[in-house]
Amino acid sequence: MNCTEFLANLTDYFDAQTATALRSELEQHMAGCEHCTVTLNTTRQTIEIYRNKELFELPESIHERLRQAVLSKCAAKMKRQKLKQS
Amino acid sequence: MRQPERPHSPMPTAVNTEEEPQVHPDLELVARVKTGDLAAFEKLMRQYERQIFRISLQITQNREDAEDIVQDTFFKAFQKIDQFQGNSKFYTWLVRIAVNESLMRLRKRKAQKTVSMDEEIQTDEGSIPRDFADWMPNPEQNYNQAELAEILRRTIQGLPPGFRTVFVLRDIDGLSTEETAQALKLSVPAVKSRLLRARLQLRERLSRYFRVPSGELA
Repeated sequence: MNCTEFLANLTDYFDAQTATALRSELEQHMAGCEHCTVTLNTTRQTIEIYRNKELFELPESIHERLRQAVLSKCAAKMKRQKLKQS
Repeated sequence: MRQPERPHSPMPTAVNTEEEPQVHPDLELVARVKTGDLAAFEKLMRQYERQIFRISLQITQNREDAEDIVQDTFFKAFQKIDQFQGNSKFYTWLVRIAVNESLMRLRKRKAQKTVSMDEEIQTDEGSIPRDFADWMPNPEQNYNQAELAEILRRTIQGLPPGFRTVFVLRDIDGLSTEETAQALKLSVPAVKSRLLRARLQLRERLSRYFRVPSGELA
């Protein structure tokens, strides 16, 4: 296996969707290729950093405001529908 | 550490007894919404508003737009609730609306003719790693919270929307590859390909901040 083939299988490797034989081929390649080992480890870290860091959390008060705005619109829509039907 | 919320399992759980298969709680709520039950709709909103906000924010990179998108997404979902037949998860259906709304906002804001899932993806740029320097241990700890947030924001902002959206749904929001494909109306191989490129491009860009300084290399 070369580096291009390794990269092509990286996503499946992360997602544990590789068959055992392919997985051991990938691991064998990594054992002899520092570049691919670094690429794999730092890509894994990239995903973890993004997953664990909330970039922007809205306060509950804003969610409440948004929710009420939507529910008012929904209620108005239902009212219009009822008027149409009657 | 924040763990991504995982939406409920999409399929009713079949139990190997004589009991009726359990109906997914979302489907019960949706059925109630279809009869005009606003309290049921509020429950669905409370359940998913944070994820929808996060997805919209990551795609548009604009807080005001993301707030508007949350409103538009849920109102549209309410208006079109009869069209939801339960063939997919309710959450996946909702995400699909939010992604469309987000891309529409991007288009308006950038005054571009086309901002789509296919924009700027016909390039191999960033697919092949060039930076092979290892990272510092716990590199995020070298920055304070505000600095780190700015780095992560700036970095993900640099991705084409088609890559960014797949990365957000798959890696941040925690949808499966199949669910991401369903939400974006893409094939599974297309999702995998975009995900790989997104991950590698982000890695490459973050390396500028997180790599071991060259003087400290072993």
